[in-house]
Amino acid sequence: MKETRYIKAIAEALHEEMARDESVFVIGEDVGGAGGAFGGTRGLLETFGERRVRDTPISESAIIGLAVGAAVKGLRPVAEIMFADFLTVCMDQIVNQLAKTRYMFGGLFNVPVVIRSPGGGGLNAGPQHSQCLEAWFAHVPGLKVVMPSTPYDVKGLLKSAIRDDNPVIFLENKALYALKGEIPEEEYLIPIGKADVKRPGSDVTVVAASRMVHQSLAAAKILAEEGIDVEVIDLRTISPLDKETIFASVEKTSKLVIAHEAVKAFGIGAEIAAMVCEEMIDHLDGPVVRVGAPFVPVPFNLENMYLPNSNDVVKAVRNVMQY
Amino acid sequence: MMNREKLLEIHYSMVKVRRVEERLVDVFAQGKIPGFIHVSIGQEGVAAGVCSCLTPADTIFTTHRGHGQALAKGIDLNGFMAEIYGRKDGCCKGKSGSMHIACREAGVAGSNGIVGAGLPISLGTAFASLYKGEDTVTVCFFGDGASNQGTFHESLNMAALWNLPVIFCCENNGWAQFTSQRVYMKLENISKRAEAFGMCGVTVDGDDVLQVREEAEKAIDRARTGQGPTLLECKTHRWLGHYVGDAQKYRPPVEVQQAREFDPVARFEKFLLVSGHVDRDYLDSVEAKIKSEIDAAIAYAESSPISEAEELFTDVYA
Repeated sequence: MKETRYIKAIAEALHEEMARDESVFVIGEDVGGAGGAFGGTRGLLETFGERRVRDTPISESAIIGLAVGAAVKGLRPVAEIMFADFLTVCMDQIVNQLAKTRYMFGGLFNVPVVIRSPGGGGLNAGPQHSQCLEAWFAHVPGLKVVMPSTPYDVKGLLKSAIRDDNPVIFLENKALYALKGEIPEEEYLIPIGKADVKRPGSDVTVVAASRMVHQSLAAAKILAEEGIDVEVIDLRTISPLDKETIFASVEKTSKLVIAHEAVKAFGIGAEIAAMVCEEMIDHLDGPVVRVGAPFVPVPFNLENMYLPNSNDVVKAVRNVMQY
Repeated sequence: MMNREKLLEIHYSMVKVRRVEERLVDVFAQGKIPGFIHVSIGQEGVAAGVCSCLTPADTIFTTHRGHGQALAKGIDLNGFMAEIYGRKDGCCKGKSGSMHIACREAGVAGSNGIVGAGLPISLGTAFASLYKGEDTVTVCFFGDGASNQGTFHESLNMAALWNLPVIFCCENNGWAQFTSQRVYMKLENISKRAEAFGMCGVTVDGDDVLQVREEAEKAIDRARTGQGPTLLECKTHRWLGHYVGDAQKYRPPVEVQQAREFDPVARFEKFLLVSGHVDRDYLDSVEAKIKSEIDAAIAYAESSPISEAEELFTDVYA
């Protein structure tokens, strides 16, 4: 095992997959000469050259469109969109083209595109550079949506995403880029669509994604001192959701909290809560409670009041424990 | 001047597009086709002229008004017809319909229902041609209306910058749905925009199929030999409304009438007769052959069932 930062684990995954498969190429703004705005593609241009690592103009629709066309003709593009907020700039290419090409053409073409993009706040980057938009993409049939929370998960999942023949929206978190974690020296893959029980527990289930996984683990420590044993599930993949792992946990604990950094209203927590209520109502002692950001744009300078944190998860757990 | 065989091939292609589109107008009026169709009657010169230079290994992208180009590119007529009808034996299993026709063998990588969306995607197949070391090219068809989408500008810039083997073929019929070009843009010749991106742009009479062919050939040759992209603007005329059933009340009746005077099929047939390449009997035989092909395709489509419910769930993911 070796200690590696989340951002470096991303670069490692890209290096390995590009070495393994000649059809993989990287495209995006500042990905080549600069090694990526955050360093995710560092060293790729030097190793693989200009043919396979392409710096683009600021043209998100062209970047994603090119990726779609290249994939249709058999290549495996990994496109970077610098901030997840900018995915909104190329929404037609993602939603109407990338997601639907396989289905609407009756299965004639696969579109193995990975779109890497960091979301999340905590860096005072402001309302247009801090959003968590996973719910938007999870709502689109034809896309897969992945949100890794650790260096170990991000590397294994990125490798799987690149090998997947489907479009994958790979949502990194910029506040996690510096996070250190242990990863194996040897090659490994993590399957898309499989959640991970990061902390087994018996009293309450907390399902979380990305940065909120760490906040939930911190909350679990605090709650352990109160005698509450929290099971923390890291979704890892948003779509397809790992229903099996979630349901098995709810069956065990009968209490569910869902925590995400995205705005609470209409977020992925709403989907999971509805799903559990529809199919597992007899197993619930009380309501499903969600933790998410308030229904306001991400404020530049009030982030500490805005971003959900471990205290919010603690409160939510204490709430459901009453039932 | 190209050989007689090629001239006759182009003629066949144009007449086929014309007659197929006319028949579709007919069957649509009979209520046999679900949804909407947008036919390209009057614009056959562009489809036939450009596609006559391409091979099945080359790729085209087209629009909601893309039947003519898909046919000229060589899509199987039976599969095409069944697709328009929304039936199981359609080229896309009946799940795409008129606006999203595609065919792998013929190199039709998709018709698109979003105006301007094909241009960025065409960058990708062109990029892949270079990446794989092929001399294949991509042609992206779009209309005058699409030239104001941001995607048009992003795509021309990137194609020029990366010297991509793509021909952006603008079918300028002067109408973006219900609005005339005069009303929505200042520039008259869209090809002038190419210069703004440092690439080649040319305007031709889209109703003169030989002129279209000549310029398309030059553009495609440029692309194949690493000389980059071209914006090929073909000025043409849309005879019918935006969609079949659109009465075109927004368009001066005189203009609608005058559009037919530019008939590219009639024009080319006149040329072929006058130059002695064909006689009337030959033209009649072509009409008869095409009619029987279309009759067979209609029968094929009408006898093909609608897919079972399970088909709803297939092909979402690989």
